[in-house]
Amino acid sequence: MKLDAKTPSGALAEKWDRHKFEMKLVNPANKRKYTVICVGTGLAGASAAASLGELGYNVLNFCIQDSPRRAHSIAAQGGINAAKNYQNDGDSVYRLFYDTVKGGDYRSREANVYRLAQLSVNIIDQCVAQGVPFAREYGGLLDNRSFGGAQVSRTFYARGQTGQQLLLGAYQSLMRQVHQRAVRLFTRREMLDLVVIDGQARGIIVRNLMTGAIERYAADAVILATGGYGTAYYLSTNAVGSNVTAIWRAHKRGALFANPCYTQIHPTCIPVSGEHQSKLTLMSESLRNDGRVWVPKKTGDARSPEQIPEAERDYYLERKYPSFGNLVPRDVASRNAKEACDEGRGVGESGLAVYLDFQDAIQRLGADVIKEKYGNLFHMYQKITDENPYKVPMRIYPAIHYTMGGLWVDYNLMSNLPGLHVLGEANFSDHGANRLGASALMQGLADGYFVIPYTIGHYLASTTQPKVTADHDAFKEAADNAQRQITRLLSVKGNRGIREIHRELGRIMWDDVGMARTAESLERALTAIPKLRDEFWNGVSVPGTPDNLNQSLEYAGRVADYLEFAELLALDALHRRESCGGHFREESQTPEGEALRDDENYAYVAAWEFTGVGRQPELHKEPLQFEEVHPTQRSYK
Amino acid sequence: MKLKLKIWRQTGPTSAGRLVDYAADHVSPDMSFLEMLDVVNEGLIKQGEDAIAFDSDCREGICGTCSLVVNGIPHGPDRGTTVCQLHMRRFKEGDTVTIEPWRAVAFPVVKDLVVDRSAMDRVIAAGGYVSVNVGGAPDGNAIAIPKEIAETAMDSAACIGCGACVAACKNASAHLFMGAKISHLSLLPQGQAERQRRVVAMIEQADAEGFGSCSNEGECEAVCPKEIPISNIARMTREYMKAMLATR
Repeated sequence: MKLDAKTPSGALAEKWDRHKFEMKLVNPANKRKYTVICVGTGLAGASAAASLGELGYNVLNFCIQDSPRRAHSIAAQGGINAAKNYQNDGDSVYRLFYDTVKGGDYRSREANVYRLAQLSVNIIDQCVAQGVPFAREYGGLLDNRSFGGAQVSRTFYARGQTGQQLLLGAYQSLMRQVHQRAVRLFTRREMLDLVVIDGQARGIIVRNLMTGAIERYAADAVILATGGYGTAYYLSTNAVGSNVTAIWRAHKRGALFANPCYTQIHPTCIPVSGEHQSKLTLMSESLRNDGRVWVPKKTGDARSPEQIPEAERDYYLERKYPSFGNLVPRDVASRNAKEACDEGRGVGESGLAVYLDFQDAIQRLGADVIKEKYGNLFHMYQKITDENPYKVPMRIYPAIHYTMGGLWVDYNLMSNLPGLHVLGEANFSDHGANRLGASALMQGLADGYFVIPYTIGHYLASTTQPKVTADHDAFKEAADNAQRQITRLLSVKGNRGIREIHRELGRIMWDDVGMARTAESLERALTAIPKLRDEFWNGVSVPGTPDNLNQSLEYAGRVADYLEFAELLALDALHRRESCGGHFREESQTPEGEALRDDENYAYVAAWEFTGVGRQPELHKEPLQFEEVHPTQRSYK
Repeated sequence: MKLKLKIWRQTGPTSAGRLVDYAADHVSPDMSFLEMLDVVNEGLIKQGEDAIAFDSDCREGICGTCSLVVNGIPHGPDRGTTVCQLHMRRFKEGDTVTIEPWRAVAFPVVKDLVVDRSAMDRVIAAGGYVSVNVGGAPDGNAIAIPKEIAETAMDSAACIGCGACVAACKNASAHLFMGAKISHLSLLPQGQAERQRRVVAMIEQADAEGFGSCSNEGECEAVCPKEIPISNIARMTREYMKAMLATR
């Protein structure tokens, strides 16, 4: 298979404009004759469904939640980047593009990233017009803050609830289209299969989660905007319902899965408190502006923090990275915390935490200033841990937060399966091996509001398709396939809990495919995962019946998919014998212990083709060319 | 610690429900309320018994999915807290905890503790937006909005749409939910063009869904996990009266 990214020719800055002109159009009166399925109602899905409804397409929009407003984009805190240069501080489309390519450790496609930077400015305008209550200055103009190590202030925000406000903007636009009957909304529906006819994506099979009915929907094109796969690690900052099922099942129907090993681990999360824990909560990385990270110098030092004198503390980030100190990038901060804990210097009951100490900042600035800056975060921390961070240092530990990998797409956001489009976190396209802060919201909305409305028209206008209905044999085959899996899950009747197995998978992934990976640890995971998969299929208990709301059955289906997908993630990590961004191979580091890329051998997108469960997938490579930005070694010393 | 639980079980929308006793024997004070239920469910699943159905997703208080009435109070005893953020250290050894679903005509029970809140989506669909298509938006800084107005609009926009206000209200009124959205949009210049249409359409839809009216009890404000003030209802009522005078 030859992977064609379909990147338009011409100068980088002109590619998208030229492409927009060259793409074919669907006549306004003909749009209603086309049906488009959109799965997911997060920033990417809701913005896509609303925009296509506005254009006149007949849109069917699905989500697993009880309302489209609950998609996990809602939980994004910090902000959204845009190259508006409102602050007159030297920002530009080119600078945002450059920062994003470099931040992704030179593993993303230049043309896609440039388009993203261009569209960023339109997103802010659109959201303001919808009534998104962005933070403003006293003069009434939009406020910005700096974020994630950028040297300009380009992040727009709505308190600590930017994701919520952007999603509600998209949701309201979507509900307006639902009211006008341009979009039909199907809530509490889980996609269980993709229907491919003559090589084209023509529909989906869903389970109605309230009645258990297996339903079939046919269309002329399918969009998946179903988010990332962070919960493969069991504990993550993702919602407990987030899952890989939709994109994994599309992968099993032929869609290539790109760079699954690119996972982002966020350094400042509240640590695990016990076996019962179901998710981890993020503490915004802005805390590292004023907090100092330390662990005791001695291993196994069980004294409480205030009893450890200054001379016996190791402020390891300040010691190792004097110029960046506590503000090193996410991947570096995470790896160093793990290293300190692995040496036995971790703190708290579990030993899997480091201190984030505000005492110096409180003495320097006063508790009031700290409260004004971080009050809501301190409050949330206290609620969860029952400790007062004004008095004792916070305990933090890294956690899985975002996944850069996803289904492979070309410049038009279409996968290798014609008609199947993939948006937002579910695709692999823009963040390379590491995503910068405040860029996820930007990508989701760029894909949905400003890219897919053009590219899907081009696909529909340039493709001839036979008329198909949901009575076609391919729909029957796929519905039977979904039904078989459900019957199989219910008939195991073992005695092991679904959560127990998921937790076990998470342990394997975190220990052996987590922050620092070696050939040895990855081989170990590749032995353990299939074994656990067998244990699942021989011993899981899934109670209840298939014909009503059965959350155990839903959960079991998602864990079953993770038990297949996790193997691909580990395999991709094993094959990539270099370190880049969030993927750190211990074998590939500089003498100072930093991530060392191997551009000669690994400057490509790894796109995997499914060949059967437990079988070696086939690797396809899309070489990455850097014409504008020249790859360099990142250093923060 | 050990707790006695009384949990509402109901097999489907049309069947009768009842409170069933369960024991939670290994409760750690660090658990969230929902993690306590996860553990109870894990025990049931291992025995092949039907798990207790309840809704949750983000588990950090922002998605609005979780929806439990704990000892008679939507989202439980802590102020300004969703039930997913309620922790078990709030309870003590031997406590009996009663757990029920949101109860309102407009929120039919789907199963156990899960209810259907799509009525709230239909209220938003009736008018809870600014009618702008993607494409022609002016520059984001074209209209200056005073900081105080933007902040007040944001206070209202913080609503997570969980429906606790409806569950707490003896009239099952959705006025706080609607008032928050109407306030958010009518405070901002972007929302002016449809200001009157919006409030009338949303209230008519809420009536059709079976939500009740407001009798100023303030129960909604007391349970709102985002502490949205009841002044939003007053603002909505003013908007509604103005709209009725102007249009009828």
